[in-house]
Amino acid sequence: MKFPLSWLREYVDLPAATAQEVAEKLTAAGLKLESIESVGGDIKNVVVGEVLSVEELAGFKKPIRYCSVEVGEAAPRWVICGAVNFAVGDRVAVALPGAVLPGGFEVGSRKTYGHVSDGMICSARELGIGEDHSGILILPADTHLGADVVELLGLRDDVIELEIAPDRGYALSIRGVAREAATAFGVPWRDPADVEPPAPAGESHPASIADPSACDRFVLRSVSGVDPAAETPMWMQVRLARAGMRPVSLAVDVTNYLMIELGQPLHAFDRSRLSGPVVVRRAGPGETLETLDHVVRELHPEDILITDSSGAISMAGTMGGLDTEISDASTDLVIEAAHFSATGTSRMSRRHNLVSEASRRFERGVDRELPLYASWRAVQLLVAYGGGTADTGVTHAWVDTEPATITIPADHPDRVAGVVYGRDTVVRRLEQVGCTVVSQGAGAEAPPADVLEGPVPPDPAELLTVTAPSWRPDLTDPNDLAEEVIRLEGYEKLPSVLPAAPAGAGLTEAQRLRRRVGRAIASAGYVETLSYPFMGERDLDGLQLPAEDARRRALRLANPISEDEPLMRTTLLPGLLKTLVRNVGRGFGDLALFESGLVYRPEPGAPATAPVLGVDRRPTEEELASIAAALPRQPLRLAVVLAGEHDRSGWWGEGRNATWADAVEAARVVAREAGVEVSVRADRHEPWHPGRCAALYAGETLLGHAGELHPRVAEAYGLPARTCAMELELSVLEALLPGPVKAEPVSSYPVATQDVALVVPAEVPVSEVEAALRAGSGPLLESIRLFDLYTGAQVGEGRKSLAYTLRFRAPDRTLTVEETTAARDAAVASASERTGAQMRGA
Amino acid sequence: MSNTYDPVEVTPLHADEVARMEAEAVAAIGAAADLDELKQARLAHAGDRSPIALANREIGALPPQARAEAGKRIGGARKAIGEAVAARQAALAAERDERVLIEETVDVTLPWDRAPRGARHPLTTLQERIADAFVAMGYEVAEGPELEGEWYNFDALNIAPDDPVRSEHDTFFVESADSGMVLRTQTSPVQVRALLSRELPVYVISPGKTFRTDELDATHTPVFHQVEGLAIDEGLTMAHLKGTLDRFAEVMFGEGIGTRFRPHYFPFTEPSAEMDLRCFVCRGASAVPGNPPCRTCKSEGWIEWGGCGMVNPRVLVACGVDPARYSGFAFGMGVERTLMFRHDAEDMRDMVEGDVRFTLPFGMEA
Repeated sequence: MKFPLSWLREYVDLPAATAQEVAEKLTAAGLKLESIESVGGDIKNVVVGEVLSVEELAGFKKPIRYCSVEVGEAAPRWVICGAVNFAVGDRVAVALPGAVLPGGFEVGSRKTYGHVSDGMICSARELGIGEDHSGILILPADTHLGADVVELLGLRDDVIELEIAPDRGYALSIRGVAREAATAFGVPWRDPADVEPPAPAGESHPASIADPSACDRFVLRSVSGVDPAAETPMWMQVRLARAGMRPVSLAVDVTNYLMIELGQPLHAFDRSRLSGPVVVRRAGPGETLETLDHVVRELHPEDILITDSSGAISMAGTMGGLDTEISDASTDLVIEAAHFSATGTSRMSRRHNLVSEASRRFERGVDRELPLYASWRAVQLLVAYGGGTADTGVTHAWVDTEPATITIPADHPDRVAGVVYGRDTVVRRLEQVGCTVVSQGAGAEAPPADVLEGPVPPDPAELLTVTAPSWRPDLTDPNDLAEEVIRLEGYEKLPSVLPAAPAGAGLTEAQRLRRRVGRAIASAGYVETLSYPFMGERDLDGLQLPAEDARRRALRLANPISEDEPLMRTTLLPGLLKTLVRNVGRGFGDLALFESGLVYRPEPGAPATAPVLGVDRRPTEEELASIAAALPRQPLRLAVVLAGEHDRSGWWGEGRNATWADAVEAARVVAREAGVEVSVRADRHEPWHPGRCAALYAGETLLGHAGELHPRVAEAYGLPARTCAMELELSVLEALLPGPVKAEPVSSYPVATQDVALVVPAEVPVSEVEAALRAGSGPLLESIRLFDLYTGAQVGEGRKSLAYTLRFRAPDRTLTVEETTAARDAAVASASERTGAQMRGA
Repeated sequence: MSNTYDPVEVTPLHADEVARMEAEAVAAIGAAADLDELKQARLAHAGDRSPIALANREIGALPPQARAEAGKRIGGARKAIGEAVAARQAALAAERDERVLIEETVDVTLPWDRAPRGARHPLTTLQERIADAFVAMGYEVAEGPELEGEWYNFDALNIAPDDPVRSEHDTFFVESADSGMVLRTQTSPVQVRALLSRELPVYVISPGKTFRTDELDATHTPVFHQVEGLAIDEGLTMAHLKGTLDRFAEVMFGEGIGTRFRPHYFPFTEPSAEMDLRCFVCRGASAVPGNPPCRTCKSEGWIEWGGCGMVNPRVLVACGVDPARYSGFAFGMGVERTLMFRHDAEDMRDMVEGDVRFTLPFGMEA
């Protein structure tokens, strides 16, 4: 909402406050300052002149006039002008040499088109009032020659723009802002709707309401004999321009002016184009309307229409029809002022993607009682400036509505705020808002308790029955009234009191784990990224997922940001891989990235829709379960991708490229934080390299996969060769958290070390050999470490040699050589039995 | 003890012999050229198997009357050897300090970045920091799904079926648009889940991802993060809301930094307010004409931070909480926005693109 401060001052006796001070008070009351623009302050030396003579200069590409203009000086001024919309005798705005126009543009005396131009005749835009650059601004014939144009037109002003919250429709008007300003400054104001239309003599154009759910007030008044050429008065044009509206014609300008001043959208029909009685109804099947913007609109059965016997003539409160539009020949006008359903106009506006100044107001709520008065003011202005005659009849169709009342304990606002305002303050503030407050007396019987009523105090407090004013349809609940009192008393006066919350339990084990995991994986050299959780079929194809892969079962968005990524991710890898590619493209080849986030896994056979439940009570567990059944499983995952060197080369020598082993190690880093030991099994699982893919297990529970990516994946995504990745499900780890670590007694007896070299068939996984050694070693084994892996001639084709160090220790004694040798032999025997391992050299 | 024994000659304990051992030892110690040689010499001449140590063991074989003298003799020699070791040790250590260590000098300014450096995303750690501020006030961290039922995201929060935010223009819908499932547009559905699942009173904070159909640009992103708080208890007031957010502002931005409320509208709270943070850089000074400007608050003295209000009793009813007995407040703020003004991050795109240059400087905690 944009308006000049002078307009506000017309109705409020504001003190000598600056625009900033006014705006700050309004902001504190909930009408938030967006911007203040000071206009006209820089305009100087522009005066009223009369055109005495016009000489058309020939020989130029466009018409050029050389004019003499009387400006109340000793001699006329001679001025070059490129516009042709004026004639001898017109009064115009003349910028004299030395004048300054908006934006600091200085006007001098200069030679142009072969003559000296001793100033400039101004258009509306050059004076900073609107966008009209089509011609010179023509001033009324009775304007005083030589008068200062800034003073005359009130060009010096402050334009305040306020952000109006969706529940404060009344504040989309000077009337509403004036009421708030008057309350904020504690000064009197005048209601611009406070006019007294004469008693009606009969009907105007006949009209009726066919659908009371669409409209509950409909008023028509008419004016005859309006001069279609009548100009909108300059002051009105200036105010409209300041409020961001383009002046059009007197009839349109008057309706726009009153909409801004009162908040009541008005529509002017050409009476000669109306046929038969006007009816407000919903659209019929197949009905269409060509609106003012020359779009033929197919109407929806819920659309609210103004119709006559020819059919639809206007989309109620949204946009008028083209056929009944007033033209530059219209003399007899019918002014419509109505109160349409807020939800009806809101839906219609959205359905047709058609937001107008009128629809913005109707959907936020317009004063139901305004139509009679607003239409009368329109008639008055058209009579005054258009030379028309007001017709005596008025058509007033209405639906009876009972104003809602809310009963609250007088101290309800106090209890919401935590401040003692007192009964008198509460009543005074509610009355300032426009409410009618009736006391039910102390301890009076409350009306039947509504669940939304405020708490009934133990001491029977005085009950107040409050009727909201017609312009405040948003006031429906006790807390709405509390807000009015608290905001007018000032949010800034709320005390700051820290509540005594009960002792909390801190973070859950799962929450602590996530933080630990994040720190651990970052400490291991990975940089966290947060990709969008969207993906497309192409991303899944790029991962080489087979058709039946569960990760292809993804939820699709009805309105994705990008048609390439309409699916909700089922794996973190596409986002991470694309982020990796982006970083590589920006010149970083050695990368280790991680992401932790939800994936969305629809269950096969889940219902396609989640019911939308009622809100008048807590849903039953069955109802909640019906929503849960439709929602996808949303487990938390963590994934890493890495490429290039993981151990950097440098002056110290060669580094080391990231390998499948780093990816597996990343899983171990994560699992370790959960106190879970990862065991690894070879697997074939897209998108990994079939020979370099590790399935990650905790016991028999699959956690995820790690390894080097398939070369096809690297090609599809444009990844560096041998990019590696790991993805696991943190939600699974969370469920496996083993609880507190059990402290083991630390033995102070010496360690005994045994080395063993085993030869196994090449295809035997090392993890199995190690597991067998562990199993065979018995309780004395402290640790086991593979220190050499050898393949080659010395062990023969198809075999590999594994060299382990086994460390043994007892808790209560120094081990003898015999004991450790026996344990080692048992370990080897176990490995031999389970994996066919032989002692090397044996 | 028997006194009828045959005195034995114990050669190693002869004075001459002891003197010889001592002289040899001192000579060897003195000849040690470095600390390693000294260690060898010490082991040879003063260690457990050294001649002097072996001689010491023989003392027991002497007749009692001879033991004292022999012990004194051996003790004197061992003391002299010990002193020689200590002296040589000091001398050699001093020499090492002066010469050897100098010879071992390396260029310690050589770069060393073999191990990759990691970092956590500041949006993650900022959410944790905010949550911690409330955990310290007794709150617990509540969670909920990102892909949410419409009922949780809208209806239960008193967002009417006709509210414009429920259009495809603002909200991501799971296909088809009447699936009843959306990507949550706010963390507020977690409020509903908390009220449905927890015992009263409830004090929870819920950070998380949220979604709106904005195109990515410098100040918008379709996927962003919010932190939302909810407190439902008996007798909670707007003054408590103010006290809580003032405390939070102070924890995050330092002593004396508070908040300001401006009336606003949210369907799920009534009364509602927008919450501004006192500028923690200029502390409001830049708003006074004549003072230097402030980039952080654009010289307004306040920074728009979030929304808050008293939980609308209609929300409590939908969650089965008796509004005649319980009241409470809710508040929420954008994490991206907080990151922007707290860390001078100017472009939202930097936060979502995953460029390591953006994230690395934040290390483990923003």
